[in-house]
Amino acid sequence: MSAGGNEVLRRTSRGSSKSLVRLGLIAGLVVIAAALDWRAGLLLAIWFGAWGLNTVLSVRPTQVTRFAVPVIFGLTLLVLWQVSVRLYDVNQVILPAPSDIWVEIRTNGPILWADFVQTVVKGALSGYVIGAMLAIGTAIAVDRSPFLQRGLLPVGNFIAALPIVGTAPILVMWFGFGWQSKAAVVVVMVFFPILVNTVAGLKASDAMQRDLMRTYAASYWQGLFKLRLPAALPFIFNGLKVCTTLALIGAIVAEFFGSPIVGMGFRIKTSFGALELAMVWAEIAVAAVAGSALYGLVAWIEARMTFWHPSQRGKT
Amino acid sequence: MTALTNPAPRRTLLAHLFASLRGALPVVVVVAALLGLWLAAVAPMNFRLALDAAMRGGEDVTPATPDEQGETGLVRLMIDNPGVIPAAYAFERPRLPRPQDVVVEMYENTIGLARGCEFTGWGAGREHWTGLSEGCLRVVNNRRSLLFHAWQTLAPTLLGFAIGTGLGILLAVGIVHNRTMDLSVMPWAIASQTIPILAIAPMVIVVLNAVGVQGLLPKSLISSYLSFFPVVVGMVKGLRSPRGMELDLMRTYSASGAQVFWKLRLPASLPYLFASLKIGIAAALVGTIVAELPTGARFGLGARLLSGSYYGQTVQIWAALLMAALCAAVLVWLIGAVERRVLDRMGLAR
Repeated sequence: MSAGGNEVLRRTSRGSSKSLVRLGLIAGLVVIAAALDWRAGLLLAIWFGAWGLNTVLSVRPTQVTRFAVPVIFGLTLLVLWQVSVRLYDVNQVILPAPSDIWVEIRTNGPILWADFVQTVVKGALSGYVIGAMLAIGTAIAVDRSPFLQRGLLPVGNFIAALPIVGTAPILVMWFGFGWQSKAAVVVVMVFFPILVNTVAGLKASDAMQRDLMRTYAASYWQGLFKLRLPAALPFIFNGLKVCTTLALIGAIVAEFFGSPIVGMGFRIKTSFGALELAMVWAEIAVAAVAGSALYGLVAWIEARMTFWHPSQRGKT
Repeated sequence: MTALTNPAPRRTLLAHLFASLRGALPVVVVVAALLGLWLAAVAPMNFRLALDAAMRGGEDVTPATPDEQGETGLVRLMIDNPGVIPAAYAFERPRLPRPQDVVVEMYENTIGLARGCEFTGWGAGREHWTGLSEGCLRVVNNRRSLLFHAWQTLAPTLLGFAIGTGLGILLAVGIVHNRTMDLSVMPWAIASQTIPILAIAPMVIVVLNAVGVQGLLPKSLISSYLSFFPVVVGMVKGLRSPRGMELDLMRTYSASGAQVFWKLRLPASLPYLFASLKIGIAAALVGTIVAELPTGARFGLGARLLSGSYYGQTVQIWAALLMAALCAAVLVWLIGAVERRVLDRMGLAR
């Protein structure tokens, strides 16, 4: 017992002396940097200050620190960005400060909203829903033929790894400059990942469970809807989650090949041509929020629909 | 001795071939069906264009005026003018080219570029190290060559992939060994995957060019960013995959932290690493191609896609697309081959 206590004592004292040395090294580094260039010293001080705070906070992770530490980290990066842009007087054309971007978002709300509706709601979301339904439908249709499955799975896996976004110029040529062509690109992009995941998911039920359905004299469709589709849901949602980002990328990149005078890809391209970098970054911020929100929405639906799955238990 | 106990080599080569053919049959059927669909779609896709051309050429077409044609459905038009269907397949600048047109375009822009190719023998000097005449090198040197453009895309992809993978592994090691790093960086690493950052790849290139960073680096920065996070997430998962029992065993051996890392964590993480490498390299290639898109890049598969789209050269777009697909397939296959060899030697093969 006392030996254990000694051990702990020894380790903590050794640990504290080690961290003292580390602290001294960091302080020396900051001082040297400040002597060479006070701005670099300030940036290093901010970085190490925030990192030290996070180190202290993460010694004993609780509910609060688990949330606070990443937030502090993100804020630190944001502050460093702002401070370094201001201190070094970085040209707007190269990198605008976060505050400039925020001002841009505040002043150009209606434009950003119109772009959001055009690209995310009309282009990405409609394509995402159509593509997902097509993929799940195809997977169910293919599911009855093991031969087709053996053929489609490798081909689907192969196509899912291809740079499908390259089909954008072709689809824009076919479907015109409107949101329809963007939706088409999104359909093609999300189809194969969801298809492959669904086909794999439909095989996820145990032989025992399928036998049980057979002893109930369940028809094919009853077995599908009451056992195999629910068992496939974690896989399907896996595909759906991966595809949220793909959908946004597809819709934005497709606009580079031709679009009406509204849309996030269009705005990024033209603002960039006019060297209005703050607007480009504002669009990126909107895209980031939209991407995270879409992902969050799908994850939320997943948690509601697959509450029985081990990965979801104890989360809510 | 092994030959006696193991009857496997007795299976003839033919039997092996037959077995692998049977395995490949469904894939062949699916690919053939897709090609058939493509071929069948060529006629309806190009029909209105072909009809228009036929009318201008003075042929009799059933609804005589363009206005009436516009109001008539595609199926009706095709039934009424069956004579135009062959023209739809032989169209100069089709909306959808035939598969064979794309293959021909690919051939013409690769091997077909060779002029007067012959073996000249290895001489002194750098130009002669291949032992082939100037005409052969056109296959890879010519500005029209798809191989040339593919390499313009592949080089930054590979460089970026190497950088991204290296940094990703380093960060993952840091995350596993440092709780502060884990808590602060990991949520952002995961969240960053939901952000369509690829959409700004072109801008990053131009900004870097403005700052003075040129050549391979700007493009490879994009691909390294894209391959970075899959590797981080996969590696963290892999380095944490050893169970408590295995870690306890290392402790009973009184292994140091470094020994636990090199002898247990790192080997255990390799299957996860290879899985993320495959995702990473595909993402890196997509990143480079997108980065080439609206930046006025003159070389590279993305530049070919864009110029094809500007000048309505559909066949060129399809050929570039197919080349990109080939590159992706080869890269993923290469990693898969390394994976099989490594995991096989480690006894981890599935």
